[in-house]
Order: sequence, then structure tokens, then C-alpha cells
Amino acid sequence: MQHYSMNLKLKVWRQKNSNDNGHFENYDVNNISSEMSFLEMIDVLNERLISEGSDSIAFDHDCREGICGMCSMVINGQPHGPWKGTTTCQLHMRAFKDGDQITIEPFRANAFPVVKDLMVNRSAFDRIIQSGGYVSVNTGNAVDGNSLPIEKQHADDAFYAAACIGCGACVAACKNASAMLFVSAKVSHLALLPQGEPERKQRVVSMVAQMDKEGFGSCTNTYACEAECPKEISVLNIARLNREYLNANLSGN
Amino acid sequence: MLDAKIPAGKLDEKWTKYKGTVKLVNPANKRKLEIIVVGTGLAGSSAAASLGEMGYKVKAFCFQDSPRRAHSIAAQGGINAAKNYQNDGDSVYRLFYDTIKGGDYRAREGNVHRLAEVSTSIIDQCVAQGVPFAREYGGLLSNRSFGGTQVQRTFYAAGQTGQQLLIGAYQALERQVALGTVEMHARHEMVELVIIDGKARGIIARNLVTGELERHFAHAVLLCTGGYGNVFYLSTNAMGSNVTAAWKAHKKGAYFANPCFTQIHPTCIPVSGDHQSKLTLMSESLRNDGRIWVPAKQGDNRPANEIPEEERDYYLERRYPAFGNLVPRDVASRAAKERCDAGFGVGSSKQAVYLDYAAAIQRYGKAEVSKKNLGNVSAEVITNLGKDVVKEKYGNLFAMYEKITGENPYEVPMRIYPAVHYTMGGLWVDYELKTTIDGLYALGEANFSEHGANRLGASALMQGLADGYFVIPYTLGNYLADDIRTTSIPTDHPAFVEAEQKAFDRINKLMSIQGKQTVESFHKRLGKIIWDKCGMARSAEGLKQAIEEVRALKAEFWSDVRIPGEINAMNQELDKAGRVADFIELGELMCIDALERNESCGGHFREEYQTPEGEALRDDEGHMYVSAWEHQESHWNLHKEPLNYEVVKPSQRSYK
Amino acid sequence: MNWSLLFSSSIGKKIVMALTGIFLVVFLVVHCYVNANIFFANAEENFNRAAHFMGSNLLVRITEIGLFAGFILHIVQGYKLELQNRGSRKTRYAVTAGNKTSKWYSRSMAILGTLILLFLIIHLAHFWVPSRFGGLEEVYYGDKKFHNLYLEMKNIFAEPWVVIVYLLGCFSLSWHLLHGVQSAAQTLGWTNKNFFPMIKTIGIVFSILVPLIFALMPLAMYFGLQLDLENITLLF
Repeated sequence: MQHYSMNLKLKVWRQKNSNDNGHFENYDVNNISSEMSFLEMIDVLNERLISEGSDSIAFDHDCREGICGMCSMVINGQPHGPWKGTTTCQLHMRAFKDGDQITIEPFRANAFPVVKDLMVNRSAFDRIIQSGGYVSVNTGNAVDGNSLPIEKQHADDAFYAAACIGCGACVAACKNASAMLFVSAKVSHLALLPQGEPERKQRVVSMVAQMDKEGFGSCTNTYACEAECPKEISVLNIARLNREYLNANLSGN
Repeated sequence: MLDAKIPAGKLDEKWTKYKGTVKLVNPANKRKLEIIVVGTGLAGSSAAASLGEMGYKVKAFCFQDSPRRAHSIAAQGGINAAKNYQNDGDSVYRLFYDTIKGGDYRAREGNVHRLAEVSTSIIDQCVAQGVPFAREYGGLLSNRSFGGTQVQRTFYAAGQTGQQLLIGAYQALERQVALGTVEMHARHEMVELVIIDGKARGIIARNLVTGELERHFAHAVLLCTGGYGNVFYLSTNAMGSNVTAAWKAHKKGAYFANPCFTQIHPTCIPVSGDHQSKLTLMSESLRNDGRIWVPAKQGDNRPANEIPEEERDYYLERRYPAFGNLVPRDVASRAAKERCDAGFGVGSSKQAVYLDYAAAIQRYGKAEVSKKNLGNVSAEVITNLGKDVVKEKYGNLFAMYEKITGENPYEVPMRIYPAVHYTMGGLWVDYELKTTIDGLYALGEANFSEHGANRLGASALMQGLADGYFVIPYTLGNYLADDIRTTSIPTDHPAFVEAEQKAFDRINKLMSIQGKQTVESFHKRLGKIIWDKCGMARSAEGLKQAIEEVRALKAEFWSDVRIPGEINAMNQELDKAGRVADFIELGELMCIDALERNESCGGHFREEYQTPEGEALRDDEGHMYVSAWEHQESHWNLHKEPLNYEVVKPSQRSYK
Repeated sequence: MNWSLLFSSSIGKKIVMALTGIFLVVFLVVHCYVNANIFFANAEENFNRAAHFMGSNLLVRITEIGLFAGFILHIVQGYKLELQNRGSRKTRYAVTAGNKTSKWYSRSMAILGTLILLFLIIHLAHFWVPSRFGGLEEVYYGDKKFHNLYLEMKNIFAEPWVVIVYLLGCFSLSWHLLHGVQSAAQTLGWTNKNFFPMIKTIGIVFSILVPLIFALMPLAMYFGLQLDLENITLLF
């Protein structure tokens, strides 16, 4: 792979805090190596901004290896940028070429208010988990791990659903700012396992109720969430969620 | 004299006896007792959830936007447990023994045995929570083998075991939040410890969104804040991982143990340039099939594929014919460094070696041909068949490599280099995980206790969860049972006021410097000093230099750092500045510790102490102790906790 | 079941959309089947007899009330959802991914639905109003009197602009169904790994075939085309 250097025009959303209206700011960044990660490119810009005496651009990031789910950003209209199945922190500058204009915005949804610049508050997801995204088992209550065999297919499907990193890209990508992919991944993960069975019905009803309460939109099945999900969580989980929801309500519990 | 308070009696009865005689707190009293948990990784989440379930009033803190982000999530390989599901001769004793030996005989027998004992319960607990471990077709749990052991005892969930375990603990934690037993404070950072009458009674936390300082009272404080690998600037740790909470505790009287014991992982993606902000680990499992080599000629700039076989140096196979590419982490890392330092490194930085899958692809390809009875086929068909097999085994890792480097590892050898991965050192704790401050506990990577001088693969997850789920719920009660008469101390107590003032003054001081250099540039310079002189190989001379350099850097930092923004608002540069300031102080202590330990053991390799063949030379006569450092205004006092091996007999490790 | 959830929860509302949508799809099939009489020989009589049956059969009339209810529910709920969904992101993006990650028609169901609604009003005014409230010529087959809806069709589709409006209506319907059919299946949870591709295919075939047949009707009338297949009668 040939490495190259590029000059870019950035248009970045700046917002002092949640009460500020916010606006776009233009920055030229030069001599960016194609080997850099996208966040390292912003690091370079931030170092310059600090030296110039201005405030650096705030953005969420932590593990920088695509698993913690903390990084966000909408890059040229796409949450986590143009690469499929990739978080912003793993997006590399090879994805861009000299002279590109890059618009960087925060994830936008009423349920994800902006904290500062590109940083948003995703605590709504935590509250959805609090409403039922768990198995009620106290420490020490467990039986032997092998006492309950689980069909490999179910265990695998549960794992694929549980691979969700809770980043919120599904919400950011959805035209309705719907959290259905996130919720469906958790509901699927636990509904597919026998450990999740006892609370199966109650869980789906309360998690959907909490999702609605948080102000997320509804799912209109455009599947933009699946296309943008850095872990490529399948929308078939949403079908399962719908099924679980119907079953839970129809059974009259 | 440091007393680890290891219960008396036979090794395998200590923990049972302790549990049977430990003091208890009745449920009505638990409701009145408040506990602060700082950090929400495996240790923190599991502790907060378990204590909440027991009825304590818990407050949990994390600097990330959600407890689920903690860096335990990035652990790939797996978690060890002495289940012996594979009927391959595993037992609690073997897990204990492997861990002690892997730690190069610098860990406590009592602690490690307890860890091995509770390991089995961890798996049960996680399965019950719905952690989707890998399973066999029969529906039972699957195991794989891992470095440094001869049995299959590692449980895993693809390459995302840490993620799945953390999500399990996180969900248990959120359940307690919903039940009201745990109060969660995300985007908060502990900046000061509050001590009243010699006991830890709370913390000062900075709300990272508003910049406000908050006072929080508790009967006991648990630090579950992870390791300090970011002192090296470049590491596989998360960007935010820091030592600040532990360091504040250290400066208030908690001893810091074995700070020089750091683990360098041999298979990371190498640095690509000065812009590099962090390093990415490639699972150790890649060494099962890959061959590691460098050109036999110094400064050979030809592309890897153009270097003929006879001009390659498979240095691990050459030096360690018995173990070859599968030597332990510390040995593999040092050997790579040795080659690169001698001028044989590859890539544009020359700080990398090749990890080559060409031979494995051919080997697997030929096996496929005979398996499928294909007879005489072209070389291309063999290669393609081989690539398919490799893809099935390591596809996700290869994809990650390609994403980061832009190179196709199926066509060209991967470039790898060692990187800082884990820190065995940490706050000194006794058998009950209590630090030298009453009421202050340290769990998980934040403490120093179970891994000695080197940690085995798949043991970090085990320790974090053991501490949180199965150790602290017992040992904390033993302390709190005597504290039931202490009512909540109002946070206008002078100790809180003073601690907050101290934190406030420091922040003000940082913001008032308004020098020329960024926080990041200081951090990079610190990292370079520590990596060069207190990294994979250390020498007395280099360490002495490093101590001077770090001191000078500290002075420069406090006179020339530039932090933009405001105090009473979100300010990521200010957050970072506080952390880097603490790393600088820790860096000095690391070098002092490394200088004091006149031997080579595990991750600590002193060039003066090696065998004629260049292997680590331990000094069990003179250094079989834990170095616990006590902070003083201008220096540190060393306290030694002798290690007594009653069951295991220490021996020299050899991999030839 | 807590029935109020059908109208209060996000999934409930979508289930209503899906169920009414499927009901309307069934209606389309019946409507299409009845009208297809006009393509064949003896079109006038067959078609008028079929229309008479649809207009006089008690069961059909009762179902018609259900149909209206279905339409209204689908429309009202659809608009409510659209408003709510638009409201869930007050600050819009400066740049959007557009068609890179989703199909334009899947994002435009409300607009397509509105076009269909406009068409529906015209359509009802053209045929349903006169056939229910009078204004149609009458014709005798044997000794029985029938409304000559066929003649009305011929008259109305003599106007080129009307034909064009109907064609546009069919296009809107087609795009609407292209997303709607598989979306309904997904909302009702009928999709899984094995069926999803099949359901998608059925959706595509249906959403092209049915509007195409409908579109051919005004065209056939306008150009006076008819298939000379004596034996085919779609009357019941």
C-alpha cells in the first residue's frame, strides 16, 4: 500500500455546551498521513488549536480499537464514517484523498443531547438496560456452567447480538433516530438463552416502554442502522424484538 | 513490617477457613453502610453489583460516559478457570501452580490459591448472567489452550471475551442501579481521597461535564481503576486509562507495590509514525501458526517477499529450539527488541519484525489437498486452500490488521512489535485487598497481588472478576462489621473541605501556568523516557538517567504546560493534564523501583542480571520480596514484604 | 393484551400500520381481480355484474366499512408516526448518507402515502361517490338492472390528464408497496434468516405486478385495448 500525504478541509460542529446553539467551523489541516487514524488526524488539529490558543475539539473516544463503543461522530453523513463495519477510531485516513472536504457532526437525536462539540450524552442506553436488559441472578446464585446445555446455534446467535458495543450509531443513522437495533440486540441476546427465559416477557415490554420514554423514534425498517452498525448487528434482531413484544403482550402477562 | 494477613493453616484451607470465621454485617446494618467504587471495569462493576445485591448503599464512579466502556472490554483471548471440563488433568492446584510459576515466583501463594479456587464460580456466575461463551455442538462450554499452560482451561467468546464478561457485569450493575442500591456517576473522575481519623471516608470527584468538584462520603472506598500502562504514552490501554485515583491514594498513604513490573506483549501492530496515539494488540494465538523472522542482513530494505529463505533469520526458532515461536511473552518481546536494536528491524520505522503466515498457508493448503483427496493440483490451488483455512482461524485478526495498516496479511508478512499491555504492579493490598489505608481497598489490575512479575494470558479477567464477585463481598464485611456505629459523616467536615481545596488548588495551578507546550507533548516525552530506559530492558545507568530526566520533565511540565478552556466546564485537556502530571510522578517511582530490584524476573529485565545466553537471572536470595513504596514529601521509603513459598519450590525458567 | 399499547407504544403503532397495510394489500388484490374483467371479452357486462356484486353483497358492504376504517387508521397512524419520528431529531444533519445506506422510497413512505391519498380522493370522487350516491347510467342484462360503471370508466379515462394522474398514482403505490410489504412482515416479526430473502422477493414481485395491472386499466380504456379471450371471465 502506497502511503501518501493529504491536505483536507474540515467542517466541524462546535458547541460549547448543551445550552449553546452550536455552529460549524472550518479548518484546513495539512500534511495528513494516509497511515493515521481519523481520530489521530483530529488529534493533530487539536494540538494546533491549543498552540494557537483556542479550545480543542471535544469528542468521545477511549479504547481506539473498535470495541468500547465510546467514539461517535457523523462523518460526511455517515456515523463512524465511510468504512463498513468500522468504528470512527478504526477508520484510517486512507479512506480520504487530497483536497477532500469532510463534514464532521455529532450523533444527532433528541435522546442524545450534545454535551460539547462532537460529544453526546448516551445515558438513555444505560437507562434502557436498567429497565430490564439483564438476567436477575445475584452473585453466588449460579448453578454449574455446564448444567444447562445450550444449542450451539442459539449460543452463537446470542453472541452475535451481544456483540453490540452500544455506540448509538444505529440511532444516529436512522432517519427516525430509533433505538430499535440496540434494544433488539439486547432482547435477542437474552431471549435466545435459557438463562433469559424467566424474565423474557417482562423484559421486552419494559425495555420498549423505556425506549419510547427516552424519545427515540419508531422503526420504519429502512435498515440504515444495519448498514452503519460497526458490529454489523442484523436487523433480523428487530424482527425478533417485534415477535417477542407481540408474544409478551398477546399472552396476557 | 507489612503484614499481608494471610490466614494460617494449609494452603487449600485458608480461604474456606477465612470465609467461615470472618465477621458479618446484618442486613439492617448493610442498608446504613455506604461504599464508593471507583472504576467500572470487571473488578469495579462486579464489586458494585455484588455489594448492591447484598444491600449496601453503593456509589460507583467512572470517567467514561457509561460504565460499559471500561477497558476490560478490550480483552480478547479468554478467562481461565480450573473447571477441568476437558478431563485433561486440570485442577485448582495446577492453575495455582501455573500462575505462580508464570509470575516468576514473585506472587503470594495464599492469594493465588484463592484466585484459583474461586475461578470456577466465576464461570458459573457469568453463564447464569447470560454471557454467551463459545459452546460445542453438544451445547456444553468450549475451552481453548493458552500460553504457559499444558491444559485447556480458557473459556472464551470468540475474540471478545472481555467485552462479553464486562457486559455481563455491567448489566448486573445496571440492575442494581434500577433497584436503587447503586448510584451511578458516569463522566466523573476521582481527584482526591478523603481520610478522617486514619480511615478512608470518601472522595472528591470532578464532574467532567460541568467541571464541578463534588464531595462523596462512604464508609469504605474501593479503587478498581485498572493499570498504569499509559505511563508509556503508547500502550494497548485505552486513551483514558490512568493512574490518578490510585496515585492520589498513594500520596495519602497507600503503599505502591512493584511499580516496575510491567508486561510487554510481543504481538502488537507497530508504530506507524509520530502521530500514533495508541497501539493495538493482535491476539497471542497468532504465534501458534506464524513464524517470526527478520532479514539476516542488517538494514536490508527489500520487501519481505523478495528476501530469499536463506537470507532470513528465524531468531526465536534459532535461539529457543524447544519452544520456538511459542516462548512466553516476556522472552519473545525481548528477543524482538534485541534484533531491532541490532539493526535488523523491518518496515519504515525499523522497529518491527515479521510475523509470516506463508509457511502456515502452504502447510494448511497441502493438508486440505490430502484431506479432500485432490491429487495433483497447482501451487495456486494449494495457496488458496491454505488461505481459506487461515481465514477461518484468524480472519477477524487479519481483517483488523488490514484495516489499520492497509496491508494484506495473506500476501505479505505482518509487521509486529512488542507493546505495553498490562501492569502487574499496583497499590499494595493485604489478603483482604485492603491497602495500607484503613477502609481503602484496591481490586483488579489496580492492585499488585496475584500475578507476580509476569501475568499469564487469560488471567487478568479471572482476577478482576474474582476480586469483585467473590473476594471483596467477604473481606469488606470484616472491616465494615466494626464500623456499623459510624453514621454518615456530613461532607462539610473539615477533611472534605480540605481535600476539595487541595484538588481545587491543583486544578487552578495547572490552568494558571499557560505555558507553550501541550499536555500531549509532555506525555509523549515521558513515554519515550520510560519506554527507552524502563521498558523491555533496564540498566542501572539508564534508570539513573531516566530518574533525572523525569524529574526535569516534571519541573518543565509545571512551568510550561498549556491548557486551553475553562475550569468550570468540560475540558478534556485539563482532564488529561491532571492524569499526565500523575503519570510523571509514577514514572519516577517506576524507575526507582526498577533500579532497586537488582535482578531480572518476569517483565523486569535488568541487563546486568542475565545468564551468558541472555536469559533473565533471578535472585531469590536477595529479592524474593514485594517492594512496597511509601510516599513522602520528597522521596519514597521502601518496605519489603518477604514472600514465603511453603508449597511451590521456585526454579529457573528455561525454554530452550 | 393491553390494547392501548397498540396505539401508545412505538412497536404497537407499527403493528397497526402493518396489519392495516396488509388488509389494504388484500383489498388491492380483490380490487385488481374484479377490475381485471375489463381486459377480456364481454368486458362491460362482466365488469358491471362484478361491480354490482361488490356493491350489493351484505358481507362485502360490511367489509367495506372495515376497509374504510383500515384506510383511516393507516393514514392517521402513519401521519402521527411520521410527525413523531421527525420530532425525534430536532437538529437535522448538514450532510446525510442519502442512498448509501437505505433506499429512498423506504425513507419516503409518508410522501408516497400522501400522493396515494390524493389519488384516492380523486379516485373515490370518480367512481365510488357516483356508484353509491347515484349519477351512473343504468343498463339491463336480462331483466336485471345494473349500474353501468364500465361506461363511467370509459368516459373518465377518455381524458388524457386523468390517465396520467392514475399512472402517477400507480407509481406511488408501487414504491409504497416496494417498501411496505416486506416492512410489514418485519414489523410483525415474520422475518428470519431463512424467510427474509423470500419475503423481500415476494414484496418486490407484488409491488410491481399489482400496480402494473392497475396502470394498464386506464391505458386499456384510453386506447380501447381488449384481449380477445372468449372463455376468460373473472366474475364470481
